[in-house]
Amino acid sequence: MSLPMEARNELEQVITTIVDRYQAKPTALIMALQDIQRQYNYLPMEALRMVAKKMSLPVAQLYGVATFFKAFSLTPKGKNHICVCTGTACHVRQASVIVDNLARALGIEPGETTPDGEISFETVNCLGACALGPLLTLNGTYHGNMTVPKLNKILDKLRAKEPVEEIAEEVE
Amino acid sequence: MTNHKLNTPEDLNRLRDLLAKQRENGRTIITVCAGTGCLACGSEPVTAAFRKAIKEAGLEDKVEIRTTGCHGFCERGPLVVLRPEGTFYQRVKPADTKAIVEQTIKNGQLVKKLLYRDPQTKEIIEKEEDIPFYRKQMRLVFGKNGYMDPTSINDYIALGGYQALAKALLTMTPEQTIDEVSKSGLRGRGGGGYPAGRKWASCRRAKGEPKYVICNADEGDPGAFMDRSLLEGNPHAVIEGMIIGAYAIGSCNGYVYVRNEYPLAVKNLNIAIAAAREHGLLGDNIFGSGFHFDIDVSRGGGAFVCGESTALMASLEGKIGEPRAKYIHTIDAGLWDKPSNLNNVETWANIPLIIEKGADWYSSIGTAGSKGTKVFALTGRVNNTGLVEVPMGITLREILYDIGGGVPRGKRFKAVQTGGPSGGTLIVETRDSKVHDSLVAHGDIKKEDEVVSLLDLPVDFDELTKVGSMMGSGGMIVMDQDSCMVDVAKYFLNFLQEESCGKCLPCREGLRIMLEILTRISDGKGEMKDIDTLEEISQVMIDTSLCQLGGSAPNPVLSTIRYFRQEYIAHIVEKRCPAGVCKALVSHAIDETCTGCHICHSACPTNAIYGETKTLHIIDQEKCIQCGACYQLCKFDSVKRVKRGEGDRIQRIAKEKWQPLAKKQPAAAA
Repeated sequence: MSLPMEARNELEQVITTIVDRYQAKPTALIMALQDIQRQYNYLPMEALRMVAKKMSLPVAQLYGVATFFKAFSLTPKGKNHICVCTGTACHVRQASVIVDNLARALGIEPGETTPDGEISFETVNCLGACALGPLLTLNGTYHGNMTVPKLNKILDKLRAKEPVEEIAEEVE
Repeated sequence: MTNHKLNTPEDLNRLRDLLAKQRENGRTIITVCAGTGCLACGSEPVTAAFRKAIKEAGLEDKVEIRTTGCHGFCERGPLVVLRPEGTFYQRVKPADTKAIVEQTIKNGQLVKKLLYRDPQTKEIIEKEEDIPFYRKQMRLVFGKNGYMDPTSINDYIALGGYQALAKALLTMTPEQTIDEVSKSGLRGRGGGGYPAGRKWASCRRAKGEPKYVICNADEGDPGAFMDRSLLEGNPHAVIEGMIIGAYAIGSCNGYVYVRNEYPLAVKNLNIAIAAAREHGLLGDNIFGSGFHFDIDVSRGGGAFVCGESTALMASLEGKIGEPRAKYIHTIDAGLWDKPSNLNNVETWANIPLIIEKGADWYSSIGTAGSKGTKVFALTGRVNNTGLVEVPMGITLREILYDIGGGVPRGKRFKAVQTGGPSGGTLIVETRDSKVHDSLVAHGDIKKEDEVVSLLDLPVDFDELTKVGSMMGSGGMIVMDQDSCMVDVAKYFLNFLQEESCGKCLPCREGLRIMLEILTRISDGKGEMKDIDTLEEISQVMIDTSLCQLGGSAPNPVLSTIRYFRQEYIAHIVEKRCPAGVCKALVSHAIDETCTGCHICHSACPTNAIYGETKTLHIIDQEKCIQCGACYQLCKFDSVKRVKRGEGDRIQRIAKEKWQPLAKKQPAAAA
């Protein structure tokens, strides 16, 4: 898949800035790819080719790195990003209930994006906020002590395109 | 721009004295915890509210606000400590800040509702150090977190930071530095427990230039977050440790490989490195000693296997993070095939302490084979989730009960899992006759089984290995009666199977097949010979895997079979999951204790729950998909997870026995 000229030029510019930031050092390859992923929400194939050329590395190595590490995606992610923690502490606090119900409500499996491109959903091994388990992050914001009703409220707001604020904790 | 360079130790001392004096200005200091745990609970708005309240009260000259790293007591976040008094406020909301400023800071009165109340004794405790969670801890590595802003090098210097570096560089030879670390008995905190001094000495002897020192901050173990909290809360201690290590080994280049999932740690670390450079603590001719050293930060790509040293180095080189066989050690040929010394964050953070206070002092703490303290992430089914730093050799009982406060909602303690996915799950207690009986009743052990109690096990590297687990990076996950051990083993294998890099066959295929078998058992389709097969595959993996990911992967399976064989047998023979977790073997049912609170009704995704408010609720067994949402929500423990097919019987009994009750207390309040 090749990009239109205009988009290509823009991409090239972005990539030049990012690669220059790390002086094209191979030790910074992963970080450069992370920066591209942050900007574009995924790694366009074209971008991998450009980085390979700029850093004088084989495209195969870039493809290998991009598919080996979890941080990277070669397909675009949704506008909203839900990440459910399935670390051990969350697991013993029944994070699977949240994962199953979210998958059912969205009609997608972890790692997928809804067909309308609105919501991506994935699981992560540990967010390190174990006191709040089970928890998820929505676009980087933590939502702790997750229950199915809380989850439904979040989804309702997302569907209505309303801002989702942290739902107040009930402290026992 | 003013010149901040500290050219000599005298410069450092002058700056420290000056800063220490500035800190003793009689001001009240409001420290707000801004570790990831407290930030997630909303500590940022609390800080903002404090600023506003202080301004409104006109106290800007008398009060200082300091946002600090993690204090450890994540369960009670956001945490606020007023210093120098040490008044400890917990679960502080932005709306509470006004009361704290008006009552405590202005008038010296306590805001009672924000103080910690001991759940056991109901006693209200005012000061941080008197809270049981902190009382049994020995916070050497984490101690400074609560007293400093991690983005301020001045705070670190005021507390005596970089004194150890000056001491090593100017009064000790590299060999003496290594000797001191060797004598201290410090062992690697990343999991392996290899003596740090011995590693340094080998790396110093290794041929090849340049040499590298690397800090492993790719903390991939689920349920472990002490490295992150150290980097977030006290990055200078790690940097100081690395500089000392580099001096001892003879290296000029350092790398920190940190998880990209830890943005705050990356940010604070970069700020700290920049400040250290500005002060001449990184770069050329540090303290005029002629020694030069600098550190680069590299963010990881999110692969568990990259916590393994050779995989980490491959990833640093910009390659796929696959490990290699280690017949050539990384101290001889590591990063770029050069001698490389890799230690974990917590190990590096221990170094300044050892150099400053001496090996004799350090080795006086701990047990014969494990010296110093260890930070554990105490999580799971425990009242006081958080980071705890304890001397090596403390018992599990002290950690779980005295510091951890036991299991919430009066449930039964079952097991503790240490060492992450490579570690083991340990049975906690069967000596207590009551617990023993309930374990028997639950089918975990047989009545005639020998009584095992691991609660009084001293926690150190060697003791944990002896009982089939390991220290690992220090995750300690508490499990109660609601955790199924087959499910836990399955969980870890699933994790490891996803994270296995696939390079060697025993790990790649062994994990896949073991996971298949465990899935079969939890689906009620297991056979007795499956247990033997699991043990056999485990042994092959231990003997033949390329790296420790595969070599230690069977631990979760072997340890659960060792301590919970009866539970496996229950799944296989009786087709029953005693803990009620394995979906294929479970039915959900509501018993006569139902209060009719109606919460479960709204949560049910398949509308399988019937009942009006204040009447008995019933789960339609046909419609129920065993998702567990109602079980999780019920505050009265009225939703039961019973053997598959038993649901209707339980609910028939419930219909006969149920009576509308005027008032019932939730189980949680008991």
